[in-house]
Amino acid sequence: MKFFRFRTLWLRNSRVWRKHFMATLIGSLGQPLLFLLAMGYGLGREMGEIEGLTYLQFLAPGLTASAVMYSAAFETTYGSYTRLSLQKTYEAILMTPLNVTDIVLGEIVWGASKGLFAGIIMLAALPLFGVWPSAWTLTLLPVLFVSGMFFAAFGLIMTALATSYEFFNYFISLILTPLFLFSGIFFPLQSIAPTARIFFELLPLTPTVTLSRMLCYGQFSEPWLLKIVGSLLLTLLTCWLSIVLIRKRLIQ
Amino acid sequence: MTSFPHAAHDPIADNSIVTVESLSKFFGSRCAVDRISFAVQQGECLGFLGPNGAGKTTSINMLLGLVEKSSGRIRIMGLEIPGRQREANRLIGVVPQTDSLDPDLTVEENLLTYASYFAIPARTAKTKTAELLDFFALANRRREIIEHLSGGQRRRLLLARALINDPQLLILDEPTVGLDPQARHLIWERLAILRERGTTMLLTSHYLDEVERLSGRVLIMDHGRVVAQGVPRQLIKELVGTDVFEIEGTAAELDALEKTFTQCNAATERLSDKLYAYTQEDCSRIEALLKNSRGWLRRPANLEDLFIQLTGRSLRES
Repeated sequence: MKFFRFRTLWLRNSRVWRKHFMATLIGSLGQPLLFLLAMGYGLGREMGEIEGLTYLQFLAPGLTASAVMYSAAFETTYGSYTRLSLQKTYEAILMTPLNVTDIVLGEIVWGASKGLFAGIIMLAALPLFGVWPSAWTLTLLPVLFVSGMFFAAFGLIMTALATSYEFFNYFISLILTPLFLFSGIFFPLQSIAPTARIFFELLPLTPTVTLSRMLCYGQFSEPWLLKIVGSLLLTLLTCWLSIVLIRKRLIQ
Repeated sequence: MTSFPHAAHDPIADNSIVTVESLSKFFGSRCAVDRISFAVQQGECLGFLGPNGAGKTTSINMLLGLVEKSSGRIRIMGLEIPGRQREANRLIGVVPQTDSLDPDLTVEENLLTYASYFAIPARTAKTKTAELLDFFALANRRREIIEHLSGGQRRRLLLARALINDPQLLILDEPTVGLDPQARHLIWERLAILRERGTTMLLTSHYLDEVERLSGRVLIMDHGRVVAQGVPRQLIKELVGTDVFEIEGTAAELDALEKTFTQCNAATERLSDKLYAYTQEDCSRIEALLKNSRGWLRRPANLEDLFIQLTGRSLRES
């Protein structure tokens, strides 16, 4: 299928990834697992239940969503920027029948795949902590993939705007870290004042964290369809914008 | 501005691989390419020359869709650019000026991956890769990572990569820049074989000996415009002359000699303590007068003389 021309770039990236498998695996999973250990196991033992879950159970799905975010966003910032500037990979590809849209879709789907992979490993590790996800967790996988696409496209927008690697410090400090801390991974949003809560609910990682927790334990207490449709629309918009900006960067 | 009669041929000739008509590119208000027209004929190697900033790379990038044209028309094998860029790129091979090999992959993987972008079936790609690595003397480095290759090996791999899709048109942007003479000769030898096989080529280079060796026809650009195009020997004869005298001496000596050369219908040029004379007819009788000068030589006029004549001696540093 012509639409799937981008798969060749996906295959190129996965070929490279297989060579550095261990390094990327530890890079993307180290942080969420350590957080789970320190906060969930360390701090959580002293805490009461939240929404009927132990703190470790409460944390685990959200940290999975954050693993997806970090993995996808890092791939399309540091990884893509290297291919764009230093290695001139995109320039070489533009001399073939692939065009800018193919390159961007390839990078986004690749970033999302890496994100999903990190999420799956994270979920698979949860029983080690005594957390047993429900069968609904399988339906969580497409949700995580869409979230991965969003953060991959977001990262690619940063890459289109970047003039050096230092630029990504803004992205990490001003966007990714606040999202990590305030998207309802560490504390329940229900307890926050309603006006402030709207702001937290609108952060792009929040619906994924909420859906992760709901699907992980098979509880449907929140308006899940709204969150899914909202995430999809936001992801489409971000993908479109990343195509526009990368085209501007590559074609004079 | 020098115009050249040979440039008048019809650009829409049947066997043109590339036709460019009145192509322009503005970056803001700066005009990088100014209404250029040219054609590349089936089977020829067209040398694309010009000082830095003349507009060569911008022109080539417009053919490849990396730069959007401001106005004019480009057709590659009958395909309108940029509308049918994707189809055109299927038929083009490019050796870019800057190394864009994939450093994450091995020599062989570079070619196989590039083949996949052209949707070449895996089996065909394997055969073609083996064939190209043989042709460019890289077969024994098949599993090497790119970092371990020498400059010459990288260039050869870039050439092999450009040929992976059996292109109808090969675009070479400074294919031997920065290489030692051995490496350059090996590349020239391979390019000569490709030319004999009928591969159409568009070559840019600052090494004029390289262009003279490979190109049947040249096109010289300056300040975004085509200042001359034609067969190198004819252009040199018409615009420069047959022979060049380079003479060193005192100002008084050179003044006198300059006059003598002018009488012999030669164009002259003075450069500090040096006199250049470009002769149109036999001026060998003047050689007798040169016996007392500090140093002199007589050599056939070459492409470098033509280039300097058309684009001047001043440095272009943009």
